[in-house]
Amino acid sequence: MKLLLRRLLFAVALPAVLVVVWWAASADSTNVYWPPLKTILQTFPDVWTGDRLRTDVVPSVLRLAGGYATAAVVGIALGTVIGSYRRVRAVCEPVLEFLRAVPPPVLVPVIMLFAGIGDTMKVVVIASGCVWPVLLNTVEGVRAVDPVMAETARSYGITGAARLGNLVLRSASPQIFAGLRQALSIGIILMVISEMFAASNGLGFTIVQFQRGFAIPDMWTGILVLGLLGFVLSVLFQMVERRVLGWYHGLRATTRRSR
Amino acid sequence: MRGVNVALGAAGLAAFLALGEAVPRLGLVKEAYFPPTTRVADALAGELADGAFWTALGDTLTGWALGLAIAAGAGIVVGVVVSVVPYLREATASTIEFLRPIPSVALIPLAVLLYGTQLRSVLLLVVYASFWQILIQVLYGVQDVDPVAEETARSYGLGTWARIRHVLWPTALPYVMTGVRLAAAVALILAITAELVIGAPGLGARIAVAQTSQAVPEMYALILVTGLLGLLINVGARTVERRALAWHQSVRGEVAV
Repeated sequence: MKLLLRRLLFAVALPAVLVVVWWAASADSTNVYWPPLKTILQTFPDVWTGDRLRTDVVPSVLRLAGGYATAAVVGIALGTVIGSYRRVRAVCEPVLEFLRAVPPPVLVPVIMLFAGIGDTMKVVVIASGCVWPVLLNTVEGVRAVDPVMAETARSYGITGAARLGNLVLRSASPQIFAGLRQALSIGIILMVISEMFAASNGLGFTIVQFQRGFAIPDMWTGILVLGLLGFVLSVLFQMVERRVLGWYHGLRATTRRSR
Repeated sequence: MRGVNVALGAAGLAAFLALGEAVPRLGLVKEAYFPPTTRVADALAGELADGAFWTALGDTLTGWALGLAIAAGAGIVVGVVVSVVPYLREATASTIEFLRPIPSVALIPLAVLLYGTQLRSVLLLVVYASFWQILIQVLYGVQDVDPVAEETARSYGLGTWARIRHVLWPTALPYVMTGVRLAAAVALILAITAELVIGAPGLGARIAVAQTSQAVPEMYALILVTGLLGLLINVGARTVERRALAWHQSVRGEVAV
């Protein structure tokens, strides 16, 4: 009980101090760009409840989910194929390395040419940026499947879907999750940027709109919303990861202890 | 084996370029959207002959390098201080976990208001994004310090500074290098994004101009350049890492993070 209380105290202390400092430092602020925290917090509920939640936040999140899911499926599927065959990997590697090195946001103008400025464009942009970390990490993970286990599976006649699910994907999953985590932050960045470019709704669009209209406290609340969204998604990701990779973390903890 | 792999890789690259030539020529995709490889190469040659291109490249690299340097310096100092001072790590953990996932592009409107299209806008985004990459790696690295080595150093009477220099730093260095490598890639993404969206001078701004003026081959050529730049930065970062850690066993095998 005492331990829990202590941990809670440590977790809350610094954020509380920071908020108080921000509050105090900005209380008498007359600088247009740095409105008092009090004003920002008062604006928050006015801006982000009701309509705007439905017209801006939900579409943004749906696009992100669509693009991210597409990237995950395509990345894991292609990565498994490429990782399983040495020759295919050798052929694809330089091209993949190059495509990954292209900063994803520059794809926005290209994809706008093909897909216009609708929702499709945004989903494609998000997917095309998120796919690389997933793909390359899957390739690495699949390649690194323990040869002894692969041989064992072979001699027990485990093939096809059973081999894929129980051996290949499972032993690659820590790597795949590392890729998925990178893809998540890229996805949020691309979601915002694709909406800043050409859109009629969405978080990125709204925040730029506030900024252009010099609605500074509103703009600040938008930044806070993006921050909260990033935080919530990363917490959700951690929860999923902990569930799926529970066996792996357990294994690692045991190896570390026995060493 | 290596030779075969290089040959296969080159064949893959050649096939990729040939595909880029064939698809628009055969009319599978409109040429106006996706120009053939040769026309992009033409546009690229035109860019390379243009002085403004090199200025833009210089601007992008300045933003990238300066931002990365600031983030690395700040990340390493903050990381070491946080892990050396008692209780500080515990006290900052929740704040770091909260601030880290905040997407750096959320700061774009603020950067525009504060600095317009100046270099400082780019730096604000680049530093924010790459700082966390490095900080987290430093924190992990310091945590990895062997308690026996630490105790030994303590019992030999080494002071705080000497312990940081001889025990903590060599242990953390591989992590720091990983952090810097990841941050280098992120910094490039953010530098070009800032130029693209805000209009700060650089390659990103040139891409935006090419896009609005319908100069499609030039746009592809510039995107190609950013990809090559990313590739060079990756290779460069790996080389630096290998040099700096030549003494370390981790160099035997690359661990993807």
